[in-house]
Amino acid sequence: MISAPPPVASSGPHPAPAASDTARPKIEAIDLSAWYGTTHVLRNVSLSVPANTVLAIIGPSGCGKSTFVRCLNRMHELVPGARQSGQLRIDGEDLLSRKVDPVDLRRRVGMVFQRPNPFPTLSIFDNVIAGFKLNGIRGDHAAVVEKSLRRAALWDEVKDRLHASALSLSGGQQQRLCIARALAIEPEVLLMDEPASALDPIATAKIEELIHELKQVLTVVIVTHNMQQAARASDRTAFFYMGELIEHGDTEQIFTNPREPRTEDYVTGKFG
Amino acid sequence: MSTSAESAVAPPVLREALPQTGGVPGRRVADRLWSALLIAFGGAILVVAGVIVFSLGHVASPLLRATHLIDFLLGTVWDPERERFGALTYLYGTVVTSLLALVIAAPVSIGLALFVTEMSPPSLRSIVSFPLELLAGIPSVVYGLWGLFVLVPLLRETVEPFLARTLGFLPLFKGPPIGLGFLAAGMILAVMILPTMTSISIEVLKTVPGAQREAALALGATPWEATRLAVLPYARAGILGAIILGLGRALGETMAVTMVIGNTPRISASLFAPGYSLPSVIANEFAEASGAMHTGALAALGLLLFVVTLTFNSIARLLVRVVTRGPERSAA
Amino acid sequence: MSLARRRFTSRAMTALCGLALLLALLPLVSLLMLVISRGAAGLSFDFLTQLPRPVGESGGGVGNAIVGSLSIVALASLIGIPVGVGAGVYLAENGDGRAGKLIRFTAEVLSGVPSIVVGIVAYGLFVVPMHHFSALAGAVALSVLMIPTLARGTEELVRLVPRTLREASLALGIPEWKTALRVVVRTALPGIVTTALLAIARALGETAPLLFTALNNQYWSHRPDEPTASLTVQIFNDAVSPYDELHARAWSAALVLLMLVGLLSIGARLFARLRARGQR
Repeated sequence: MISAPPPVASSGPHPAPAASDTARPKIEAIDLSAWYGTTHVLRNVSLSVPANTVLAIIGPSGCGKSTFVRCLNRMHELVPGARQSGQLRIDGEDLLSRKVDPVDLRRRVGMVFQRPNPFPTLSIFDNVIAGFKLNGIRGDHAAVVEKSLRRAALWDEVKDRLHASALSLSGGQQQRLCIARALAIEPEVLLMDEPASALDPIATAKIEELIHELKQVLTVVIVTHNMQQAARASDRTAFFYMGELIEHGDTEQIFTNPREPRTEDYVTGKFG
Repeated sequence: MSTSAESAVAPPVLREALPQTGGVPGRRVADRLWSALLIAFGGAILVVAGVIVFSLGHVASPLLRATHLIDFLLGTVWDPERERFGALTYLYGTVVTSLLALVIAAPVSIGLALFVTEMSPPSLRSIVSFPLELLAGIPSVVYGLWGLFVLVPLLRETVEPFLARTLGFLPLFKGPPIGLGFLAAGMILAVMILPTMTSISIEVLKTVPGAQREAALALGATPWEATRLAVLPYARAGILGAIILGLGRALGETMAVTMVIGNTPRISASLFAPGYSLPSVIANEFAEASGAMHTGALAALGLLLFVVTLTFNSIARLLVRVVTRGPERSAA
Repeated sequence: MSLARRRFTSRAMTALCGLALLLALLPLVSLLMLVISRGAAGLSFDFLTQLPRPVGESGGGVGNAIVGSLSIVALASLIGIPVGVGAGVYLAENGDGRAGKLIRFTAEVLSGVPSIVVGIVAYGLFVVPMHHFSALAGAVALSVLMIPTLARGTEELVRLVPRTLREASLALGIPEWKTALRVVVRTALPGIVTTALLAIARALGETAPLLFTALNNQYWSHRPDEPTASLTVQIFNDAVSPYDELHARAWSAALVLLMLVGLLSIGARLFARLRARGQR
């Protein structure tokens, strides 16, 4: 069964040997399935993500790409009737195991959502530090805030009004604030569920730039239905369709030389 | 599918080898405590309901044991000294005053709701909600005070003589104009239930889809025709619910009625005559009841009132819910 | 029917509906004007601070009734607000199950129970075993009236908090209970405060549940297990008495009551508006 050493290069029904798969993967999905009630939304997905890379997940709406990332920090199971099976490993540890506390896991796997969702009752400063404060972690809060805001490329724009309401920021700034908030607790993995879909092109470009820098320190999984964005921002790309992983590999290969006709149809805009 | 979920997890040996995470038990306890606390608060609602029924039944038990239910419900004699208790006079007063309030308030509140939602300029809409909130916020004892010293003299000196002159051939408007009585109680109840009925009707009318209205207007209907043909049929059940909810409030209203109904246990056809209502007799006699049987009889009246209002409110809530929740649910 | 005739009908119906607005305003204006004009004459510092004097003696006031009303309502809020708000949060968090639906329906039904009936319940629970009337019994009756409205109001406010906010908090590794309390409830808090203030205002105006629980008292009450005066019961007793002096006192007391209730309601609305503006 699946307790055997995970097949790194031959994952899924369609093996996709890629050059960067030599190191031990940071994230590994093995035969992952997920349901909402009786709807099977993710079917036997197996793939791996090396550390310090960016994986883009593309596919038409309802293909299961959001569900996949929501399994990675176990947000999926918060929906009533939601279930999952298979294995999902970070550094070799099965995070779906009952021994893993989802609350602990979510401190290691940060998430940025489709729409900016800063806490409306908190200031910019308090939003960044929310994970610290609410978890009761002590420390030099001011330093953490500055570091996180710098990493999220927001520091220069807000350093003079850290105690203003978070809602006084523009949409793009709010989204970078949410990134800073996620970065503050120093996650190893950052999940981004269509982080730029509610933003204008300039704000989007900033987020993409940011993703490039972030992969120096962590591993990024980004869901997008913007093909250009996937091509620009990611090292590897996975194409999902109807809950199945159709193909995954180096981004360049997926966009220039896809193996699967369905992938080709999608990246060339024939459907989706 | 559940079997595949079972078989696909890692074998126990592998899971045992995984590192333990720290601090979990404490947090799990906190999460459990939190949900236990919430369940306790939610359960409190059920406990309150249970306690209401139990306590009412308990206080009423001396009478319920001694008297046959039919005798109690249909009896017209109320004589605490001889321990004879019949509820019919009070039930009659409650029903007559509430229905009267309904007849007066329903057309006014429907008209007002239509005016606010369909006919007035948007700037007026927000202004109208203010007097409605004011009306709803005035304590009933203040309504009673106003009724006693303003409405009752007005009825006695102007309205009742006028009605007697013009419509006096009807048994409803016969008898001396006293002021205190069914008419006064019905009118004050009408004022009191107006805000409830109007604001719920407005809620219901707001859920009518704009397309419904526009379709009628696009066919060349006048504003009133659009309202009558497209809006009212859609909102009918909800407005009925609002009216019944108003009725429920009228049935249980105590202070204002007690102050203007005349407190005379008599069944009369005339609206000018003084009468008595279920809440009023409880208000007047309970604190000075002459013994467990008398207290029990008053509590039994309370139980009766409880059952009647419960029935009407349940019906009304269902009607309102069908209308206001219906479209949302189908859209979701 | 000709178009002119149809237009006329439409205008006439609009006019009729507008008339309904006037009909609704008439009693409101009359009531407010009378309470103010008749009540203002008797208002004085003494009226607000002195004990009531018997008929025939001049002076005196309703000081004990004001303090009584406020303390009964404070006690009721102490019981009613935590339970009502807690039940509301419960309904918002797990209100979609069978238990939740039952509890929501029960709360709806409870909010229609006549207040006098709740008075009998509190009588049976407190006055009978304690053998005397008490502020506590009155407060419990009022809290029972507050709980269902607060629960439904809180539920709706908590449900308005976007799900994404809750997810943002959980994704930061913040436990469920902290997320619920410090993010979800915290965000809905201004609305909850407004709802609570309105519930307090309503409780302050209640008479029927106090008639045979807190009863009345001609003197100051010092303990929650004593019979206690309240503004509303005082107004009722004075209004139905045969004496003009007491009628005058009833009007003045009614003005005091309306001012207290109005202050709370206006406070509630101002609070809601200020909070809404502060967040822009």
